[in-house]
Amino acid sequence: MRRRRWQRAAVQAACVAITLFMGVPLYLIALAALSSRASLNRFPLPLLPTEPSTETMSTFLRSTGVTGGFLNSLTVGLGTVVLALLVGVPAGYAVARYAFRGRDTYQLFLLLTRALPIVVLSVPLARIFLDAGLYDTTYAVMLLHTALALPTTVLITAAIFVGVSHEQEEAAMIFGASPVQAFLRVVAPQALPGIAAAAMFAFMLSWNEVLGATVLTLNQRTLPAQVLTTLADSPLAYRFAGGLALVLPALVFIAVMRRYLLNMWGTTLR
Amino acid sequence: MTGKRARVPAAVLLIAPSLVVMTALFAWPLVVGVGQAFSGPDGPTLGYVRRMLDDPYFWPAVRNTGLLIVVLIPIQFAFALTMALLLRERPRLAGLHFYVWVIPLAISDLAAGLVWLSVFADRGYLNSVLDHLGVDGYAWLSYQNTTTMFLAVVVAELWRSTSLVLVIVVAGLQGIPKDYDEAAAVFGATYWQRLRHVVLPQLRPSLQVALILRTILALETFAVAQALTGRSLPLLVGETYQWYNVLQNPNVATAIALVVLAVSMLAAAGYLRLLRDRTAAR
Repeated sequence: MRRRRWQRAAVQAACVAITLFMGVPLYLIALAALSSRASLNRFPLPLLPTEPSTETMSTFLRSTGVTGGFLNSLTVGLGTVVLALLVGVPAGYAVARYAFRGRDTYQLFLLLTRALPIVVLSVPLARIFLDAGLYDTTYAVMLLHTALALPTTVLITAAIFVGVSHEQEEAAMIFGASPVQAFLRVVAPQALPGIAAAAMFAFMLSWNEVLGATVLTLNQRTLPAQVLTTLADSPLAYRFAGGLALVLPALVFIAVMRRYLLNMWGTTLR
Repeated sequence: MTGKRARVPAAVLLIAPSLVVMTALFAWPLVVGVGQAFSGPDGPTLGYVRRMLDDPYFWPAVRNTGLLIVVLIPIQFAFALTMALLLRERPRLAGLHFYVWVIPLAISDLAAGLVWLSVFADRGYLNSVLDHLGVDGYAWLSYQNTTTMFLAVVVAELWRSTSLVLVIVVAGLQGIPKDYDEAAAVFGATYWQRLRHVVLPQLRPSLQVALILRTILALETFAVAQALTGRSLPLLVGETYQWYNVLQNPNVATAIALVVLAVSMLAAAGYLRLLRDRTAAR
């Protein structure tokens, strides 16, 4: 009995230790980004928020390219969500509902595309977009991110549609609904939370992607691309503020998506 | 019967847009890329490949990328398995722990690099803590201290990317019926025996997926190193970025990218083969 208690304590302690390892860096970047420039120049740095200040953050937000980058990131992210859902949801529905020839090949193709390194696509795409007059536009980045998000969108939505009862859909059609009506009235409402999760996944992927966005743009940088390309000549305070700006959406995203995480990264990957 | 026949075109119609988009944005760039890497203004050439191989940064980049994978991935899998097994013991506040452990799933590698920069910078938090303790600071990220620079990248990557493995392993564990494990316990198997002979074999499919994914993603590591060390620790994808953005040579950049692609494919095929052979032999 005592041994058992000892084990429980060890498990708790290990969990707390890991949580500290994962959490403390987040605390530190927030602390750094919310300190005044003067206190960032001091050494040793204070470990507690003794002089909280928005100076570092607001200087970062006022730097050239940051507001524009923020807006571009938002545009690209939302565009990616719309495109990925428009193309991906029908495909996911087909994979879930129809046993068509080549379905396995199609799924394998999806998995293969996930394995393609982004870097292999970005540089040739820059050439293609240059020829097409799309280079250095948010559309170019949007298209790249759609391609990256699409395989996962199809796999996630397929998993969701499998979970929506087919009988209800057929019943609606027996009572005279067209397939489209049956989909919109019966299937879509049930699948909506899952589709929202897929949308957030696409947005997050786009928000975080940096290499492709850097390669495909010169002036229309997204926020991470802007931070990356100015990294070498910017002061530490700017980098810390940029770090926090990039991390904050992640906290919200995971909090909202916790229910779907296991489905998304866990089971649908196979 | 007629109903079934009508369904086939419907399915094809529904997946057609995705096929078009993916062919246009995956297959076409690949073809263009091979063209960029292997043909110059006067027809086919190996000049770009030679330039890539002669670049003084190329082989260090290959070595660092390989070393990163070899060091990071075993530690990462041990770490993720530990985390998943701890959660299985249903500790108090399990929900909170899990939330904090998976936050990095949504953090980009650039952001992770910046987060750890605040720790490892010369006047950063680690040296501040050391100073409070009365120990002299250390230039963790200086190009003279290659080992600590490399370790800083490993720690940052471990922090950022282990959550992906964790989520896959936790999902895998949920799919395993508890009966076998309980039966083994009834017959007196120790915790380690059950782990080794009951749980891990059933987790193999999940581990296989995670291993392939993580190896491919680790090959693409770039912004973490960029944020922490600049070009002092060259990595393959970082070199593509250098050649493209700084040296403005898309041809050599594509040649390096194709190396990354080839290694990714080899790694994936290798793992599949290795893990299948073992299963077949059992």
